[in-house]
Order: sequence, then structure tokens, then C-alpha cells
Amino acid sequence: MNAPLPETATRSLAERSRRQAEVVGALAGAVPAHALLWRREDTVPYECDGLTAYREQPLVVVLPETERQVAEVLAICHRLEVPVVARGAGTGLSGGALPDPLGVTLSLAKFNRILAIDRTARTATVQSGVRNLAISEAAKPLGLFYAPDPSSQIACTIGGNVAENSGGVHCLKYGLTLHNVLKVRGFTAAGEAVEFGGDSLDAPGLDLLAAVIGSEGMLAVIFEVTVRLLPVAETARCIMASFADVRHAGNAVAAIIAAGIVPAGLEMMDKPMTAAVEGFVHAGYDLDAAAILLCESDGSASAVEEEIGRMADVLRACGATRIEASESEAQRLRFWSGRKNAFPASGRISPDYMCMDSTIPRKRLADMLIAIAEMETKHALRCVNVFHAGDGNLHPLILFDANDAAQLHRAEAFGAEILELSVAMGGTVTGEHGVGVEKLSSMCVQFSPAERAQMEGLKRAFDPAGKLNPGKVIPSLSRCAEYGRMHVKRGLLAFPELPRF
Amino acid sequence: MNPAVAAIVERVRDAHASGRPLRIRGGGTKDFYGETPTGDVLDAGTLVGAADHEPTELVVTAPAGMALVDLEALLAEKGQCLAFEPPRFGPGSTVGGMVAAGLSGPSRAAAGSVRDHLLGVTLISGTGELMHFGGRVIKNVAGYDVSRLVAGSLGILGVIVEVSIKVLARAQAEATLRFDCKPTEALALLHGWGARPLPLDASAWWNGNLIVRLRGASAAVAEATRTLGGETIPPAAAAPFWESLRDHTDPFFVAADDAIAHQDATLWRLSLPQTAPLLGLAGDELIEWHGAQRWLATALPAAQVRDAAAAVGGHATAFRTRDKSAGVFAPLTPPLRAIHERLKRSFDPKGILNPGRLYPGL
Repeated sequence: MNAPLPETATRSLAERSRRQAEVVGALAGAVPAHALLWRREDTVPYECDGLTAYREQPLVVVLPETERQVAEVLAICHRLEVPVVARGAGTGLSGGALPDPLGVTLSLAKFNRILAIDRTARTATVQSGVRNLAISEAAKPLGLFYAPDPSSQIACTIGGNVAENSGGVHCLKYGLTLHNVLKVRGFTAAGEAVEFGGDSLDAPGLDLLAAVIGSEGMLAVIFEVTVRLLPVAETARCIMASFADVRHAGNAVAAIIAAGIVPAGLEMMDKPMTAAVEGFVHAGYDLDAAAILLCESDGSASAVEEEIGRMADVLRACGATRIEASESEAQRLRFWSGRKNAFPASGRISPDYMCMDSTIPRKRLADMLIAIAEMETKHALRCVNVFHAGDGNLHPLILFDANDAAQLHRAEAFGAEILELSVAMGGTVTGEHGVGVEKLSSMCVQFSPAERAQMEGLKRAFDPAGKLNPGKVIPSLSRCAEYGRMHVKRGLLAFPELPRF
Repeated sequence: MNPAVAAIVERVRDAHASGRPLRIRGGGTKDFYGETPTGDVLDAGTLVGAADHEPTELVVTAPAGMALVDLEALLAEKGQCLAFEPPRFGPGSTVGGMVAAGLSGPSRAAAGSVRDHLLGVTLISGTGELMHFGGRVIKNVAGYDVSRLVAGSLGILGVIVEVSIKVLARAQAEATLRFDCKPTEALALLHGWGARPLPLDASAWWNGNLIVRLRGASAAVAEATRTLGGETIPPAAAAPFWESLRDHTDPFFVAADDAIAHQDATLWRLSLPQTAPLLGLAGDELIEWHGAQRWLATALPAAQVRDAAAAVGGHATAFRTRDKSAGVFAPLTPPLRAIHERLKRSFDPKGILNPGRLYPGL
């Protein structure tokens, strides 16, 4: 026999059912019946995003099919004061699309049409549910592509990319989502139509587009995005370089940048990661190297030839023990195969892993690797490392077994330590995955109470009632108090003596 | 606290308490830009100090009062530059003014804007709170991107104290080419080249001449020079031309100033889709950014210019003018205006920082 529920739980369950009936009843007039899910078996697929450790059942899931339906859903939710969590493909890694237990999850999956590709203007206008890779595929016959390429590009949507300001291996040279989006169309929390940015290179007034990109669905609901396309490079080649010491590899990254080269990709893997991916893809990686750098050049054949030569010179001067430049497209893809499979390869050697995403100044890469090695001993857990070295974005993968509560606890402490060290080194707690719910506590370390209050003010300027994706990105004062760690002072270089709060 | 920063915090707190507006001023070289400034002058030129440039990090952090020419000289020592080529309307132009105005130069279409290169901002809000957003790293998605919102905000959100900017190595090679052509031909050429992987950087059409600048790896620039044809302009002549275009000292801008002074003309900045057709408005026109920025010196009524720009999906700014009665910037749609008003209130509840400089009443 089931134990009776405590009285408060019974009351809140009844309250939830009543609220659910009210919201479903109101939304039934706005969208067709098949676009409205509320039975538990139907809402389970929406209970989490790519960060599966956090799960919530949404009150209702709604899948509108037209702009008008989106506007109506938002207007109804606004009237009933129901939280709204917009969702793309659900591939996010920070819990940004975690449902609100008393809210509506608004899936934009049905907004999956490419509306226009303008060859002359080199732009694509697509609905927000279009997959990232689908844009480049559609533009390919015109000799164009969409540059930002997060690893999840097969599945993730452009709307999600806008929400997270996604990067990818090419962003050192071609920029982030922010640099490649011209315009977004959407609705405010109240269901009013808004357009941020424009078809020209700037828009009048404050640059609200810059605020909306990377705002994790908290400022507006977006249903259409206009992106900039670039001409596909004639050719690309990649150098794989081995180093006997992580310091040499770290220095080589800085030296390439100092030489004025902007590689199309510049990635680093440490020895344990290399071993893990080699076991997975059998690409012939150098298993003796302390670190491997992948360094790509793209452009015209002669320009690539020239750049590959310059990069090889720098790498050699920095003590590379082995240098191999791809001679064919197949070989280039083989060099990348391990890096691209870093996550699944880690899943193969450990029951669970926790992926960190901080960014630090490039010159601190080696210091960080050495510090992480010490943390491995301290927390008695292994950690394998892949870095977007060119832009200092780290993805340490902490390996653990979630079935062992003590290991999970140690993994969390390990991760928090990496993030705090990143902030102390002058970096940031998240380079591309977003804050979501995962890094709320780390925000207390990176930002002062006044800065967090100002972010809340910005949120309210777009969404006065605070109903779009509530509880994400900005931690509450009480959460920061409970977290118990002080805001880490970053070096304010020109004014080092400034007090922070 | 640094005494200069402390003094400004104090001034802002006093103004917040008294409700007396402040007019933030760096070098004063852009006093002409935006709506007419009002309030007591707050001199941000006092915010000086050493810039911290890390060439291997591609970042520089500089105090707001630093002269732009000094910052650029510092970067040049290490072979680096501000890729967006912000205009210098005088030797006094400051780093803070560059960010507040958000203006970019000839290379903007290829290299991106001020906002695109801005990584972090330290600012004093309208309540006198000193805050830091963004940072010194390129990839950073912790919290909202407040720093980039400050670019082009004309001081209405806060007093900029210090900024971190992404810098780039100067291009390995550069070439400037000239073509005789009509503006329609110029646009057709530029759009055709743009669809190909060429190192096309800046372009300017005026008075029957299309001038194009290529920048990139030596092999790529040499190759493109051969492909594109045209007349090669020697570097000794090309460099001053691009500088004068950037700083608005080129004969087109000199003539525009004259027309403003003597013929009641306005110099309009038309920001249009690159592929917008010629608007056919009477006046003298210079086309930049491969068609995306068009300067028009004309005495036509403001409404006519604004409507023509809006009809092709762009907007028009009365960049230099003696008559601001029609508003300097294109009006906002009601929902965007409401967001602007609430943003202003959240950063500056008493409305004491550069009130009305971006839009009347904001």
C-alpha cells in the first residue's frame, strides 16, 4: 500500500490539476487539439534538455504551427500569468529549456521551414525550428554556408543557437551566432510582435538584438531568424601537431595568434582524451603526446598553402614533436573525427561525465591543465580535456559514476573548482553552453549583487511580469547567500584598486 | 578607488539625488552627433591610465578617456589594430566616445562593427553603481550581454569607465583598386564579388569612381588583384584615401559640410540592405559597405528620405544637420520604444544621464 501523501503535497497536486485544466481550457481555443499535450505520458519527452540531470514535468506542452498561434498562446499565458519556456530541439547543455512545473513549454519544433535564401545579399531567412546544419545544406548549391557550427549542429535549431549565442570550432575566425545574425522576429511575453535588428547592418536605437542573442529565451520568443551566409572556401587543410609537454602546446596556441594567424579552427586535446577518442575512432592519433593541437586553415588553395606553412613554422619553433598536414579531404576529416567524437568517446570510458564550459585567457591554458591534474588527485576522479584552444574555451569532462552519490558530489565540487579558477584567471563560467539552471550558483561568483540586479532590470524591461523562462540565468539573492562563496574579484586592469561592492 | 572614477561616481550620485541631468563628454568630437546634448558637462576625459594590451590574447582593455589615436598607436607597435576602423573626428576622440557612439569605418561590412568587437564594459549606472559586464575573453555567455548593449547607446545607460575590445593583427597584405563606373554597375560588381571567397574588405563609390580595398593573406590578395582587374592605386595614395573616408575629411564630406552650412542640407546616413536599389533621391551620394551604408547630402525633407530608406528595409539617420526637428534617428515601433523606456529606467531611474540624446524623452 502506498504511504498517504502529506496534506500539503495533496493540496499542491490538486492545485496543479486545477491550474492545468484552466490553462488547457484556455489554450484549446488557440491551437488545434493535437498541438496541446498535458497527459504525463505525452509530456515526458519534454522533461529535460541535453542536461539530463535536471528534470521537471511541464504543466502543458504546446506546439503551435503559425505565428498567430504563438501570439495567442503568449497572450493567454500572459493573461493567466503562466510561465512560458520556449524550446527548440532540446539539445542545450545547461538546462535552459528545463520546464517550469507550473508553466507552459512552448515548442517551436513545427517552425521548421527555410523561408528564403538570397544569393546576392548572402542571407537566409529561416524559421526558428530549422536545424543549424540544414541552413548550410540548403545554401551549399549556391556556394554559401552558415558559419557557426556547434558540435550538435545536426540536431540543434537556429532558435536555440540564438538563445544561447552558440559558437563552434569555426568561431575564432567567423564569429559567434551574434556576429552572424542580422535580424530576429518574435513576440514579447505579452504576445506583441517585435523585430530586433534588421536587413541592414544596424538598426536605430539601442542594440536590442545584441541583448536578445544569448538571453536564453528570457527576453522574447523568436520564430524567425535572418542569418548572414558566407562563401564556401575553396579548400581547407588541417595540421595535427604533437607536444611532449602541455606547456609547449599552450605556448604554441599563443604563438600562432601572436604571429597574426587566425586559424579556421584551433583545438587541443590532452593525453587521456586522445587515448579515449583513439579507442573510439581509430584515427591514428599520437598516443605518446602530452597534448595534441588541431590547427585548420581555409581559403583559396594558394592562401591555404601559405598559411599552413606559416602555422607549421610556428608549431615547430614551439617544440612540436610531430607535425602532419592533411593532404586530402579524407585525411582532414580523419584528423577531426576524434575531436568531434570527444563526448561519445568519454561516454564509452565512464558511466557518466560532467562537461564544463568555462573560458580563460589563452595564455593560461597550460596552467589550467596542470591545475586540473591536481584537482583529479584532490577529488579522486579522472578528467579528460578538450579545449577550443583558439578562443580559450575549455571543455573538461569530469568522469564519474552517478549511481555513487559520493562520486556525484565530488564531481560537482570538482566542476565548481574549475569554474571558480576560470573566473579568478580572468575568464568566465560559460563560454558557449549558457547558464541555464546548471551554472546559476557560479553566477554568484562571477557577478556582484548590483550586476545581477541590473541583469534582472534588463529582463524586466523586456518582460515586465517575469514570465519568460523564469528562474534561469540570474540567481536569486538567497541562492547566492546559500552558495556561500564570494564574488571573485576579476582584475580590473586600469583601476586595480576599485572595490567591487 | 581610483580618484577619477570616485569623482565621477560622486557626481552621478549627486545628480541622481538632485535630478539635475549630466551630459557625458569625452573629447567632444562627436557633440554634433545625436540629439542636442543637454545638462551639466561630465568630463569623462579624466578617466585616463595605461591600457592593458595582450597581443597573444587579441584583447586590449583601455580607460574610457584614453585618446583613440593613442590606443591605435599602442596596438600598431605590436602589429595589431581595431579592425572596425572607428572614425576619429579629431585628435580628441576617446575610447569611451567610440563605444558610446558605436560608429564603424570603411571595413565594417567585412570586419564587423564596434559592438562585434566589444568584449567587456565597466560602467557607472544612473544611480552611481559601478558595474562590470562581459570580460576579456572572446567566448562568454554568462548572463545577458549588457556590454554590447552599451555600444551605440550614446551614454543613456551609464558612464563608460573602461572597455575591453577584441583586436586583430593587421592584414598581411592589402591592395586598392579603382574602377570607372556608374553606381548601379558598382553595386552589381560588389555583389558579384561578395558571393565569391575573395578577400574583399572595403568599398566606396562616389562621383563615377569605385574604389575597392582587398585585405588578407598575401597569396589571396595577389590572386584577387589579378582576378578583379581595375587600376591599382599605389599604397602611398590609397592609405590617405581610406583614412580620409574613415575620418570624414574626404572631399565628399567637406562638400557636405559646405552644403549644410550654406544650403540647409543634411548629411544623411542611410543604413540599407546591401542589395537595396539606388533610392534615386536628389543630392550627392557616397556608397560604402558594398551598398549597406550610403551617405546622402541633400536638402530634401526628412520625411521623404526616411520613407525612401524604410521602403527598402533600411533606416536613415540625420548624421550632420542644423535642423534636428524631425528627429535624428528613425523612430522606433511602439513595442521597441516601450522596451527602450523601461531599459532606460532600469539603468538610470531618474533620467539624469544624457537625457534625450538618443531619442527625445528617453
